[in-house]
Amino acid sequence: MSRILIKGGRILDPSENIDRQADLLVEDGRIAALGPDLKVSGAEVIDAEGCWVTPGFVDMHVHLREPGQEYKEDLASGGKAAVAGGFTGVACMANTDPVNDDPSVTDYIRSQARKDSPARVYPIAAATRGLAGEVMTEMSALRDAGAVAFSDDGKTIMDAGVMRRVLEYSKLVGLPIIVHAEDCSLVNRGVVNEGPVSTRLGLPGNPTAAEDLQVARDLMLAKLTGARLHVAHVSSAGAVALIRRARDEGVDVTAEVTPHHLSLTDEATSGYDTNTKMAPPLRGAVDVEACRAALADGTIDVIATDHAPHAVHEKEVDFVEAPCGILGLETAFPVVAELVREGRLSPLELIRRLSTGAVQILDIPGGNLAEGSEADITIVDPERRWIYDAAKGYSKSRNSPWDGQEMLGRVVATLVAGRLIYHCDRGVLVP
Amino acid sequence: MIGNDLLGIEDLPREDIETILATAERMQEIGTREVKKVPTLRGRTIINLFFEPSTRTLSSFEIAGKRLSADVVNFSVSNSSVSKAESILDTAKTLDAMDPDCVIVRHGVAGVPKRIADVLDAPVINAGDGYHEHPTQALLDLLTVHQEKGRIDGLTVAIIGDILHSRVARSNIYGFTKMGAEVRVAGPPTMLPSNVEALGVKAYTSLREVLEGADVVMALRIQTERLEGAFFPSIREYSATFGLDRAKLRYAKDDAIVMHPGPVNRGVELSHDLADHRPSVILDQVRNGVALRMAVLYLLSGRPSRAKAKDAEG
Repeated sequence: MSRILIKGGRILDPSENIDRQADLLVEDGRIAALGPDLKVSGAEVIDAEGCWVTPGFVDMHVHLREPGQEYKEDLASGGKAAVAGGFTGVACMANTDPVNDDPSVTDYIRSQARKDSPARVYPIAAATRGLAGEVMTEMSALRDAGAVAFSDDGKTIMDAGVMRRVLEYSKLVGLPIIVHAEDCSLVNRGVVNEGPVSTRLGLPGNPTAAEDLQVARDLMLAKLTGARLHVAHVSSAGAVALIRRARDEGVDVTAEVTPHHLSLTDEATSGYDTNTKMAPPLRGAVDVEACRAALADGTIDVIATDHAPHAVHEKEVDFVEAPCGILGLETAFPVVAELVREGRLSPLELIRRLSTGAVQILDIPGGNLAEGSEADITIVDPERRWIYDAAKGYSKSRNSPWDGQEMLGRVVATLVAGRLIYHCDRGVLVP
Repeated sequence: MIGNDLLGIEDLPREDIETILATAERMQEIGTREVKKVPTLRGRTIINLFFEPSTRTLSSFEIAGKRLSADVVNFSVSNSSVSKAESILDTAKTLDAMDPDCVIVRHGVAGVPKRIADVLDAPVINAGDGYHEHPTQALLDLLTVHQEKGRIDGLTVAIIGDILHSRVARSNIYGFTKMGAEVRVAGPPTMLPSNVEALGVKAYTSLREVLEGADVVMALRIQTERLEGAFFPSIREYSATFGLDRAKLRYAKDDAIVMHPGPVNRGVELSHDLADHRPSVILDQVRNGVALRMAVLYLLSGRPSRAKAKDAEG
């Protein structure tokens, strides 16, 4: 019988609103006991003094690039980056090559991930074939193959008629439709947030109205159809206000925000670093503040990284040519832990948005520390300082705006199904 | 003395602008000699790295370098021939390995000269990047205005046209503002960038109002092929609302001068007559461009390279 005793930590379980000092015993892959000063013989002990002991983080928005773009990332490297960032589960987007719009691709991702990834991998299938925004995918077969949601992420379904049918049809399978909400005709060639910064830098601007307009449309269609809508990477104050109002009206909508949209403004692009280019773009201070407030008041349910690896040579081009997206898995916790230090969120509420929130939206296991549950556990030290070196990270790519920076807050250990799979002093512990 | 690179006017201190203008005035005399050449930069290598087609700016830099006896190499990479995957930084590092004393960069996207300067030892001069900056154009415009008016401080400068897509506008806004002039911009609302007033200018959509009391009127080139229909309805309407001729110029001060970075779309931004005759000073701008670029090349590449300077510091 394998036993791991996590001693002296602060237990944070959002599913039961538990926030107290206790020891936690893992036995044969499951959470066996939770209580003060547990005395157990023959257990491997993890010292969690000064640490938070939480349900495994779940990132419902990552790009793992397999199949097809393994030079950027694959299920093994992405899975390692996940557990190093405290994520025991990740949901991967469908813009692979081939696109995950067919049950065979979903099945491939699941079976490869079981072999290669130390983190649990939940495929999100495309909402339309080839992400072309025209013909809906076989949602029922994709669900049966293991898809947990549908999304054309990276692209917007511009045809409102198609979007309406996609939402309507999704009620057959009961899974959420995740939208990347940007009106392409308004984005046009824009690569940075439109405003004083785009004007000063001389880069084509992408106005917040492009996001607001699309979010408004999708909320109306969700209301019309009664389907479950999830808005990915909310970044504008306008979108936040629209979602808040729709929730008040009873629309079945959830939303996520990325660590970068919570922490960086468009000023970060001043040096033309292509590792500050993403979609939607980094916004102004007013938008960042609106996202923080919405995360705090629950309008936004989830923090998701939009982990988007790109090779160095792909990013070392001019700002217009460079692909959108940055790494997120290995830096997420320290970046968002800042919200707790600033008093915007309690530790328990932060963990809810890193773990339980996504579990509820995707209806997957995890998100709690209840006795008898599978032991997906993350241990973090909110006070530990470290330097993030992207070249030494587990992702195959290095495209991070935080590369080389000192971070405050560190993932100490990650357990998946009761197995210690990552420890900050020992690295990822897989064969 | 000015810094290692000339990437833009935004970060260029006023004293450096004054140094460059004063040096350029001394360089002007060389262009009037029978033998238009001095040995100042003999043995130095200057590379023109142009990712965007250019004849005027490229020739101006080339002539400037040659008048100072530098070896000038033109490395023109048209956008189409650069493979999508080719890293600009690769190109830059390759050039750096050839030990140039100065690299002049033009690119269709903002920020590329800065990214290249970040990795190069040699000084980098921005010869125009996207809609961002074109610092030597602004400096030659300052030189031209200074010589015409005897001062820059206190003047009113009106920049007219496509401000949104103009690096000339941004550099001139910074340059004239720093030197104490009041800068106004005007154009169709579709061509005024978001929050343009944050650059320190007043924005107008009426030609008459922007010209009121102007000492300097600068018309910008309109990219008719790309923008007609999307940013303005037709050339006829543009020319009627923002095109300059002698009649409309009467709204400006009596002694106002007219400038244009070239090449002029005759009958669009400027009437044919105005393009060729006073008070337009377009050819003086071109002439001053050579002297101004000589001054910049002299100030930046006429001294030990950064790496060598670092070695010397020990």
